Amino acid sequence: MNRYSADEIMTVTAARALRDGMTCFVGIDLPSAAANLARATHAPNLVLIYESGTIGAKPGSLPLSIGDDVLAETADTVVSVPEIFNYWLQPGRIDVGFLGAAQIDKFANINTTVIGADYAEPKVRLPGAGGAPEIAACCKEVIVIARQSRRKFVERVDFITSVGFGDGPGSRDYLGLPGAGPQRVITDLGVLEPDPETCELVLTAVYPGVSAAEVREQTGWDLRVAADLREIAAPSPAELSVLRDLLATMPARE
Amino acid sequence: MAEIVSLSEAISAAVHDGDTVAMEGFTHLIPSAAAREVIRQRRRDLTLVRMTPDVAYDQMIGAGCARKLVFSWGGNPGVGSLHRFRDAVEHSWPRPLQIEEHSHAGMANRYVAGASGLPFAVLRGYNGTGLAGKTNIAEIVCPFTGERLAAVAALRPDVTVIHAQQADRAGNVQYWGITGVQKEAVLAAARSVVTVEEIVDVLEPRPGAVLLPTWAVGYVAVAPGGSHPSYALGYSIRDNDAYVAWDAISRDRDAFGRWLDEHVYQEGAA
Repeated sequence: MNRYSADEIMTVTAARALRDGMTCFVGIDLPSAAANLARATHAPNLVLIYESGTIGAKPGSLPLSIGDDVLAETADTVVSVPEIFNYWLQPGRIDVGFLGAAQIDKFANINTTVIGADYAEPKVRLPGAGGAPEIAACCKEVIVIARQSRRKFVERVDFITSVGFGDGPGSRDYLGLPGAGPQRVITDLGVLEPDPETCELVLTAVYPGVSAAEVREQTGWDLRVAADLREIAAPSPAELSVLRDLLATMPARE
Repeated sequence: MAEIVSLSEAISAAVHDGDTVAMEGFTHLIPSAAAREVIRQRRRDLTLVRMTPDVAYDQMIGAGCARKLVFSWGGNPGVGSLHRFRDAVEHSWPRPLQIEEHSHAGMANRYVAGASGLPFAVLRGYNGTGLAGKTNIAEIVCPFTGERLAAVAALRPDVTVIHAQQADRAGNVQYWGITGVQKEAVLAAARSVVTVEEIVDVLEPRPGAVLLPTWAVGYVAVAPGGSHPSYALGYSIRDNDAYVAWDAISRDRDAFGRWLDEHVYQEGAA
């Protein structure tokens, strides 16, 4: 049996969600690793787009930032920041966007702004919105990657930085958000997907050795479990080998 | 016509206490040497504007240059928090910092409006987010389709500072690679400073390059390596280790103070 880390199975699960030929708005860290793993395995024609304006980047090593030189040097084209948002993201040209979250709620709304009820006096000041609100609004679909805990998966986020399904059914239409919103939330325990009727995130798949009860324990709302709960296949030796080679190329962090 | 001067002269002439200052660069071509010069000249009460305030802004905020920050993402890219920024917001150290925050798309469009000489820009964004109630945006109804869209006010900095690869002797500026929002930021501002890697006799055309004609630029100053730890494509590579190392320096007020003495104030005295 393969040994693998939580980060590795999250990354592999995210990579498998990407189909060949898709256009993908990539964030740094796990999303970047996942998109590059997909490109190196089953999706060689995946188009990687980073918000620094690099379209069709084909990095041979994983970047630390969204603007590393390897992205500019390998891109099909590099466009300005107003252009990447106005011409490429806003009209809905991009199939899938990746987002992370400091907090996410049962309607997949995302907070990356402040922790604490008072915006003016936050307990923790987070980096803020970046490109996320428009990625959440305009990509045809969104994949969220977040490690699961009660602190992070909450009934209601302290601040809505990026809209998932707002208050529930009909919110996205009412708000005029053109994309379909988050279609899966990949955690270190399994995958949550929105119920098509209620828009509430439901546990639809778990990793080998993870129980639904464990996932519910790490969720800050009364998480529903799909009747046909699936088990996600462990990363294959080939997937792990390619991923580890990719990660070895990334600059080390503390 | 742009004036070609030293970095110290450029900052002294263009950046004044109380100014609204945009020092742009999207991961690439960040005007870091200019930011350190602003600290060295002890500018105060600045409204600092930047889509992605990173290490250079952490330094100016920690050194007490800023009264307010207008931004869309404040972090150490790929590493984590900006600790001087967080200390200012969470504990008002070394002084309180007002914030005005947007999304990237909002900030980019605010610069576009400023560069275009328009009072505002329109985008499809902000609807349903908490930002809508916390920042200066307004809902606008499309007069043609009835669609509800977001209007964002133009950004018009007193001065914009950027870093570029090259200028020629006439002060025409050229930069390439990830070109970010610098063109819009320069054209939106009343004054501008461009630090460059080098001054060349002839600007050779480069694919995807932005050329700012000399008459659209205020001051040009030579600052080789002036974007470090960011990079200038063709001249340097991103010093990822320095971004990682900044985490420990910036986490601690005393360590940051020692860094300021050693790398800003004493360097300037040399």
